[in-house]
Amino acid sequence: MAGILGALPAAALGMTEEYRIDPAVVADGIWMILGDDAPILPANGGAIANIVIIDTPAGTVLVDSGPSLRYGRALKAVAEKLTGKPVIRGYVTHLHPDHGMGIAAFDPAIVAALPQTIADISRDGRGFSDAMYRILGDWMRGTEIVLPGRRIDQASEDFGGRRVRLLALSGHSAADLALVDEKTGTLIGGDLLFHDRAPSTPTADLARWRESLDALSKTPHKGAIPGHGPFDPSGTQAIMQTRRWIDWLESALSGAVQSGLDMVEAGAMPIPPEFSGMAATRYELQRSVSHLYPGPEAKLLPRVDVPDQ
Amino acid sequence: MWRQKVSLILIGTGLLAMPVPLPARAPYPADPLQSPMWQAHAKTIFGDDPVRFDPRVKMLYPEVAENQRSFPVALDARGVGQVKRMVIFADLNPIPIAIDYRPEAAEPYVATRIKLDQRTPVRGAVQLADGQWLVAGGWVDAAGGGCSAPPVSRVKGDWATHLGEMRGEAWPMAEDGSSRLRVTFRHPMDTGFVANIPTYNIEELAVKSAAGAVLGEMEIWASVSEDPAITLMPHAKAGDVLTVDARDTNGRAYLARIAVARQSAMPSATPQ
Repeated sequence: MAGILGALPAAALGMTEEYRIDPAVVADGIWMILGDDAPILPANGGAIANIVIIDTPAGTVLVDSGPSLRYGRALKAVAEKLTGKPVIRGYVTHLHPDHGMGIAAFDPAIVAALPQTIADISRDGRGFSDAMYRILGDWMRGTEIVLPGRRIDQASEDFGGRRVRLLALSGHSAADLALVDEKTGTLIGGDLLFHDRAPSTPTADLARWRESLDALSKTPHKGAIPGHGPFDPSGTQAIMQTRRWIDWLESALSGAVQSGLDMVEAGAMPIPPEFSGMAATRYELQRSVSHLYPGPEAKLLPRVDVPDQ
Repeated sequence: MWRQKVSLILIGTGLLAMPVPLPARAPYPADPLQSPMWQAHAKTIFGDDPVRFDPRVKMLYPEVAENQRSFPVALDARGVGQVKRMVIFADLNPIPIAIDYRPEAAEPYVATRIKLDQRTPVRGAVQLADGQWLVAGGWVDAAGGGCSAPPVSRVKGDWATHLGEMRGEAWPMAEDGSSRLRVTFRHPMDTGFVANIPTYNIEELAVKSAAGAVLGEMEIWASVSEDPAITLMPHAKAGDVLTVDARDTNGRAYLARIAVARQSAMPSATPQ
C-alpha cells in the first residue's frame, strides 16, 4: 500500500505542489526569477518565463507574473518580503500565458499592458487557458482569465522617483512591451529577447520583430533581461542571438520550400553549429515550421492550376 | 489466401460436407501502442491480410503537435520492397484514415498534414506486393478539437474566393529516377463536425505522366488538414510534365500541370 501511495503524484493525494521562486539580483533593486529552460510541463508547473521584481520608493513593481494563480500568489509573497513593500504595479509584456496568467492573483486595477495585448488576451485567453489546464492540471487550479485593467498609453511611468520607460514594440506578438529602468539602465525585453535559448514564434511577425530588435539596439541600456534564458550583462548578446536565429529561420524555411521539403523534413533540417549553445533549438524549429511554413509555401511555390476550359 | 488453402485441405480430406465452422483467422499481432481501436481498425483496413509491425517503415512526425489542425506526417517505406498501398491513419480521430495511397510508378513516400482530435496513435501502414502489411507509428499528444474546429478560411469567409488555387513544384531526384512533387490546394476540407457546415473535402487525387499513365493515386479524407499540402515521389525525369488531377466531394475537378525542373533542388536544406 505504501508503495502504491508513493507512486501517486502529489495532486492525487490532495497535496499541492508549490513553485520554487528564487529571485537573483541583476542590478540595484532589480531581481530576476529565471524560468525553466523547457516546454510548459507538469514538472515545472509552466514556470518557464523570466519574471522581474523592481524595488521602487513607491512600492514593488513586477514585470510579468507567471503562468497561474498559484504562481502569482507565491510571487507576490516573495516580492513583498524581498522589498518590504506592497506590489503596486504589475506589467504584462505580451499575451502569452506563461507570462501573464499569474495576474489572476492581483487586483486588475494595478495591472498594465499595451492596448493590443489586452485585446489579444480577450480574444485568445480562453484558448490559452484551456491549453494550460490541459497540460498543467492542478497547477492551474483557480486560475481565471483576468484582463489587465490599465492600458499603457504613456512613454514612461514614475514610481516615487524611480522612472521606468515603456517601449511599445511588436514582432514576437502583435504587441510587445519592453521596459528600461532609468536608474540602472536595465533593459527588460520580454519575449522580444531570448538568450541562450531558441526564440519561439507562435504569434510572430519576423519583419516587425527585426525592427523591434533594431529599436532595442538603439535604445541606450546596460544589462538585458530576456523573456527566456539567463540575464545578459552585456546587454547586446541576447539581442544579437535573437536576431541571428530569426534571420536564419526565415532563410532556412524559404530554402526548405525551394528544396521541395515537406514540413516533417523541414523540421528535421540541420541547425547551424553557431546555435549549439542555445537550448531547445530543435523543439523551437519544429514549432516554427508549424507556425510559419505555409507562408513561404504560398509565396514561393508557383501557381500550377490549369484554368477551367 | 490462407482461407483458400484451408478450404483445399478440407476438400482433400473429404471433410467439407461436415458443418465445420471456418477457423478464425490468425489474430492481429499485439499492438505495441496498446490502442483501444487497434483491432477494429486492423479489421477494416487489413482484413484477412497478414500484418506485422516493422521498424523499416518510417512514420515520421515532429516531436510536438504544435497545431492540432495541422500536424505534419510523412510515411517513408523506401527500402522495404515493392509497395502497392500506403495508409496514414490516426486511431482515435473520428475520421481515422487521412490518406490511402497507391504508388503505381512512384517511390513509396507520402507526406501531408492531418488533423488530430485528441491524443492518439498516428500510424502508417504499407502493403507489399505479396499482400502483407507492415505497420509503424506512435502516440502523439494533442489538444482536442482538430476535427471539430471550423477551418480558418470559414472563419475568415474567404474560402470560396481561393477554392481551386493550386501551387506546386517538382524536382528530379538524383538517385533513383524518381522526382519529388509537392502540390498544395486551397480547400476548407470540412469534416462535417462543425455546426451547419456539411462534409466537404478533396477525396481523390491522381498524378499522371504526360502520356496519361497513372503514377500514383490516392483517396483523401477530411482528416487531412485545411489547404492540403501533399508530397510524393513519382517516377519522372527532368523536363517531364506531370498532371495532378483531383476531385472533391461536390464533384469539383482540380487540374494542374507541373513540369519537373531541370535541376535538383538546392542541396542546402537537405534533412539530416
